[in-house]
Amino acid sequence: MKQFISFIRKEFYHIFRDRKTMLILLVMPIVQIVIFGFALTNEVKNSKFSVLDNAHDAASAALIQQLDASQYFELQSNLHSYNDISEAFKKGTIKLAVVIPEHFSDDLEHQNKAQVQLVADASDPNVANTLVNYAGAVILDYQDRITQDKKLPYTINTEIRMLYNPQLKGAYNFVPGVMAMVLLLVCTMMTAITIVKEKEMGTMEIMLVSPLKPLLIIIAKAIPYLLLSIVNIISILLLSVFVLDVPINGSIVLLMSESILFTIVSLSLGLLISTGASSQQTAMFISLVGMFLPTVMFSGFMFPVENMPKPLQIISNIVPAKWYYIIVRSVMIKGVGIEAVWKETLVLFGMMLFFLGMAFKQFKIRLA
Amino acid sequence: MPAVTVDHITKTYGTKKSIVTALDDVSFHVEQGELFGIIGPDGAGKTSLFRILTTLLLADKGNAVVDGNDVVKDYRSIRNKVGYMPGKFSLYPDLSIEENLAFFATIFNTTVSENYHLIKDIYEQIAPFKDRRAGKLSGGMKQKLALCCALIHKPTVLFLDEPTTGVDAVSRKEFWIMLKGLKQQGITILVSTPYMDEASRCDRVALIQGGKILQINTPEGITQQFGRKLFAVKSANMLDLLHQLKSINGVQDAYPFGEFHHVVLKEGVDNITMPPNTVSKEVKPDIEDCFIALMKNNG
Repeated sequence: MKQFISFIRKEFYHIFRDRKTMLILLVMPIVQIVIFGFALTNEVKNSKFSVLDNAHDAASAALIQQLDASQYFELQSNLHSYNDISEAFKKGTIKLAVVIPEHFSDDLEHQNKAQVQLVADASDPNVANTLVNYAGAVILDYQDRITQDKKLPYTINTEIRMLYNPQLKGAYNFVPGVMAMVLLLVCTMMTAITIVKEKEMGTMEIMLVSPLKPLLIIIAKAIPYLLLSIVNIISILLLSVFVLDVPINGSIVLLMSESILFTIVSLSLGLLISTGASSQQTAMFISLVGMFLPTVMFSGFMFPVENMPKPLQIISNIVPAKWYYIIVRSVMIKGVGIEAVWKETLVLFGMMLFFLGMAFKQFKIRLA
Repeated sequence: MPAVTVDHITKTYGTKKSIVTALDDVSFHVEQGELFGIIGPDGAGKTSLFRILTTLLLADKGNAVVDGNDVVKDYRSIRNKVGYMPGKFSLYPDLSIEENLAFFATIFNTTVSENYHLIKDIYEQIAPFKDRRAGKLSGGMKQKLALCCALIHKPTVLFLDEPTTGVDAVSRKEFWIMLKGLKQQGITILVSTPYMDEASRCDRVALIQGGKILQINTPEGITQQFGRKLFAVKSANMLDLLHQLKSINGVQDAYPFGEFHHVVLKEGVDNITMPPNTVSKEVKPDIEDCFIALMKNNG
């Protein structure tokens, strides 16, 4: 036991005395959560749009005013001819153009029917789609207002409720994803280099010619990182609640325990890489390319796994972050209990045992 | 029972295409409490031998016993009781002298105070710097610290792989005095070195070259076996002199040796006529002369 504590203390010395390690361990997660939380969002806000108003009447003016008033759009200069539209798109000054035909007001009042053309820049199809939908909704809204007093023969009103995230905030999606990514990255990368480092420095040689048991070395290497990761989890959760306004709807204890489980999975994975790799560079490369990319791709927080081809969906199952992402989203945003996520928890637990077992098996008790 | 027995050990590296033989059928034994030197140039196989004896490497053939334990089967018990100081400085550079020592004491289930008497003489020399990080120490101080760390658990056998390489002449001398002191405490010491002049400080030495042991004997025994006349010769033009000496009848070998050339005469030849304008005197062979002679015989 004294050996164990002494070993852990030594590991803490290594961490606290290396400024770079400290920076990666404690500052990087916070920076990442803030950057991802604020900057990386798929919400569309204040998109520039222009209007080619051929009508210049009361109705067209009201419609333009309503578009401009919405938080999604911001009116740029007006256009004067149809050619101006393509000019503006080429310059990239606008994302959406609204074309209002002549006699807009007259048509609306006398024929009960008028047309508006929406032109969008579909070089980014997602944004174009979203903008056209928003604009359509604003126009419908305007129509509802002017037909208020008239009775329409048949109408179906859809009433929409967005559960768990009524304002459709991007942060609700990103916080669980970033938590998974940051924990995996920090834990896996940092532990991946720690055992290799001892091999490179030659200290492993002395360590092997000592009564230390391999299991003790492996566990003692992981403990400091586990403790620091708990600090990270707490700071990430505090940031999400107080800075990004993402609530914790479920049990905090459950969320913490699941996060600690995931941390242990990541640490085990790092140890597995570390026992196998021959140099710090290899270990770094494997954990960055081998872990980071699949996590971003397959955890489901950037690209929905459901839309991927079947083989990729199957591959995504071996990515630990996917399961953790599902758990965090369920517990944090939906507020469900363990009964809803026990399967995912079990998968993570199995992965932990597998990685730890493999790391132990791979640990070389000799030099070659 | 000898402290260390090495029995026909062979070790090769590399794949089928290029096999390097690091140790070729090596056998010797070291008595309890002996200070045993393994002397040979770089690449002779010294480190491989030490790693096999400290259970870090597996030999291809042969077996070895350290303090009554087989290096393959009982590797755990060997790891509990031997001390090992690798050739490369292998302590934690970001830990201070004190922290390194305390760490190695605890992993061997002991404390610094328990065996302080063993390291006292050595530790006192570096104690004024005990809060300094190991990475910031000079070469000699690093070696002293490494020796302290290897000694702190009172090992029965101490393996020192080139402890004096990269250390200044004064520190080297000090180091050997320390080893003498440890020997008096009853610790068996195996030490390897590329410096021939250090051989005379050992009880017995094994001369090793190209993975083969050339000779095992006491330092005096080795020089006594030389059995030929040896002269040290000097003149104004040393390069020409070397060629001249080699062509003289009755000369077995001539090679540069410090500021002189050493001339070995053929067996039975007592004297030769030296080239003109030279200073010459008969000298006693030392380990290096013996090593060169043995190397040329085998090659």
